[in-house]
Amino acid sequence: MATLKNLDDLRKLREEVKGELQERFGGEIKIIVGMGTCGIAAGAREVMTEILKELRTRNINALVTQTGCIGMCEREPLIDIERPGERRVTYGRVTPKDVKRLIAEHVLHGRVVEDLVVARFDEEEE
Amino acid sequence: MEELSLHILDLVQNSLGASATKVEIHIEEDVSRDRFLLEVRDNGGGMTKEFVEEVLSPFTTTRTTRRVGLGLSLLDMAAQRCGGGVEIDTELGKGTRIRAVFQHSHWDRAPLGDIGATLMTIIAANPEIHLIYEHRVGERIFILDTEEIKDALGRDIPLNNMAVLGWLEEYMAQGLDELYGGEEGWRP
Repeated sequence: MATLKNLDDLRKLREEVKGELQERFGGEIKIIVGMGTCGIAAGAREVMTEILKELRTRNINALVTQTGCIGMCEREPLIDIERPGERRVTYGRVTPKDVKRLIAEHVLHGRVVEDLVVARFDEEEE
Repeated sequence: MEELSLHILDLVQNSLGASATKVEIHIEEDVSRDRFLLEVRDNGGGMTKEFVEEVLSPFTTTRTTRRVGLGLSLLDMAAQRCGGGVEIDTELGKGTRIRAVFQHSHWDRAPLGDIGATLMTIIAANPEIHLIYEHRVGERIFILDTEEIKDALGRDIPLNNMAVLGWLEEYMAQGLDELYGGEEGWRP
């Protein structure tokens, strides 16, 4: 049987994480998931779950956040990926299966996954 | 929505949209009274009387408010289909309480589904809010309080740190598993 997770484990984890935080470099990679009713109904939670899982597996400390309905309901689930100093890209109709590829290509290497792109933003447009 | 936990995620989005800093989710599964209750309470901006009257209709809300109207009306329809309904208690500037009741054994009642994924989604994307999750199944209870976790973790480490989220996920999975009686228990 697996050991029970309790708050003491968390206190131990604290020491490990603290060390890692100090090693952290530069700006943060941002991933934004559309979480309006339209996004949720289209599977945004499952995409979010997969993103968190994949980031953890690959030990990437990106900032995962959310936004509401942006009026492109028919293209949900929508996710934005933004690497520090690079332009933000919006991907649409993302499925949990696409997540591995988006993280391997865009998040890790800055290569845009063209077939899922819905919009691109230059800094001036924001 | 295929799972009640997706409705809960949607309700919490409304709370966050109303600038809530504290959100409480309560679930009560009372098989003896054949009742499934879910409740989301927040300290957000609240709604006006007029808005509450409109909010349960999928058609009368305006485009800017549609997000709220659509989600709540979906929940209301789901609850009514299962011999229950939705009750809204709200006060401008104070907060909102949404309570949905279902007949537990009703054929059409959607399963609770992956409530762990709903909670992880809320916490990962909104680590700053105070989230309390209280889930009762008969005599058993599981409570998750993000303030308690933040105290144990120390305020210098964010709750959305990947290692911390990993711990949280396992912690919740175990808590929910025990709630349903471990390996021999039933599933919602």
